Amino acid sequence: MTSVRIGNGCGFWGDNLDAPIFLARDGRLDYLTLEYLAELTMSILALQKQRDPDAGFATDFLDVLGRLLPFLEQQPRLRIITNAGGMNPYACARRARDILAQAGLAQRRVAVVSGDDLLPRLDDLLRQGHGFTNLDTGAPLAEVRDRVVSANAYLGARPIVEALRLGADVVVTGRVADASLTVAPAVHEYAWPWDDWPRLAGATVAGHLIECGAQATGGLWCRWDEVADPAGVGYPFVDLAEDGSFTLGKPDGSGGAVNVETVAEQLLYEVADPAAYVTPDVVADFTSVAVRQTGVDRVQVGPATGRPATDTYKVSIAYRDGYQASGTLVVFGPRAIDKARRCGAILLERLRRVGVEPQRHLVEILGAGACVPGVVREVPEPVEVVLRVAVHDSRRAVVERFTKEFAPLVTSGPPGVTGYTTGRPAVREVFAYWPALIDKGVVAPRVELLS
Amino acid sequence: MSEKRRLIDLAHARSGDKGNHANVAVLAYTPEGYAWLRDHLTADVVARFFAPLGPTRVVRFEAPNVLGLNFLLENVLAGGASRSLRTDTQGKTLASALLTAELPLDEQP
Repeated sequence: MTSVRIGNGCGFWGDNLDAPIFLARDGRLDYLTLEYLAELTMSILALQKQRDPDAGFATDFLDVLGRLLPFLEQQPRLRIITNAGGMNPYACARRARDILAQAGLAQRRVAVVSGDDLLPRLDDLLRQGHGFTNLDTGAPLAEVRDRVVSANAYLGARPIVEALRLGADVVVTGRVADASLTVAPAVHEYAWPWDDWPRLAGATVAGHLIECGAQATGGLWCRWDEVADPAGVGYPFVDLAEDGSFTLGKPDGSGGAVNVETVAEQLLYEVADPAAYVTPDVVADFTSVAVRQTGVDRVQVGPATGRPATDTYKVSIAYRDGYQASGTLVVFGPRAIDKARRCGAILLERLRRVGVEPQRHLVEILGAGACVPGVVREVPEPVEVVLRVAVHDSRRAVVERFTKEFAPLVTSGPPGVTGYTTGRPAVREVFAYWPALIDKGVVAPRVELLS
Repeated sequence: MSEKRRLIDLAHARSGDKGNHANVAVLAYTPEGYAWLRDHLTADVVARFFAPLGPTRVVRFEAPNVLGLNFLLENVLAGGASRSLRTDTQGKTLASALLTAELPLDEQP
């Protein structure tokens, strides 16, 4: 084998539902990875599981799997690795197994990777002295313990490799580090030892580059107007070599763009120190890789260097933090910015007079630089703007009351106010994010092949 | 007064979130541009540009392999993806904003 081809067809829950189908159809993949879990997805899934013990995973995956069946039939070697299991990987995996069985593909084995869910053990771990200190603020978890809804360690590639070794064709995991979805099949194919830091780093670079799907193939590229057929953007794959270097590409005939610029932008995406990208598998040096164009929509990324993995897993904790809602109105005509500001002030004043004062509020004028408030110093007068008002409060009733104050402005505010046809804004529960670390030794990843 | 250079002519960029922090990666189009940006696009300059957003600290990292300067803007997202009331809770627009800068920056009025 000269290389193993790993493609990623999903960058987050909500990503394009057709992308994994096209990638499996046209990509000639050995492995298809599907990444569904953003930082706070787990809190939503945790609440779903509380209400229904069979829920709490990324249901999109089951729809995708159903549509992938013909390609699984045509490509007997194609294997799927996904973190769609979320808070309930067993329930997700059982449903996946049933879908395969009903299609006559019962010989394709499904494995479950779990052990990331620390919530049932949280108080024990706290008692044993694991403080789950907030990585950003230094605060102890005790401050919010009674409001915690989920606590998951980011597992690494090891349990996925174990699942592949047991013969799994579909691996369903809970929380694992995104890049580990790519590292695992590389380790499995090449039997790299777990202290081969340069190769693990190379595969980690590959996983990082493809984990956000189209962001490696033309999405977000600064030359957005040069992207060919953006509607048909192809999702990325890597041809990973034994030394951990790889070539990144996309299916022939697909849209998008793969070049040094798209890859370089993604290399540093959501990265702090690029010389020390920490995953459960390795500390990878992203500054060590040479990036060069080797063909049309093909970019080669050279071997990487890496340092030993740390002795901790990152833990993503979510806790209840009140309620939010935001609403918008469109304001058109002369002095649109002034009119919109007046509308926002009227709205908040009406609430104040009936004793409704949200603990936090924000008035934004979209069209006047609101995305980076105060940074854009000279804003030309727009023809129209969007007024957006958002509030946060620990009391749901306060936020509910706020949502009812937009419609009256259509008849009682300045002229030229419109865009209110979608009903009252929705109130959503807020789950705040609490990053922490835990000693690897106290977390026990589990692998099980479903029968 | 030295001649102004528009960042968008020298570099491309991408930004995203890390909790309540954001990162803005600025990548020069040429090695000459990279050398110039290393001297002129300092952590202090980026901190001044984004001062209205209230970052508590700005750290610059270098990735010379991709002619990149990576800026970590700490506590710049008003609570981040979960808590922020802003439209751009995840710092997606910070890169586009920074590319509008002309260097050297004007002093604050």
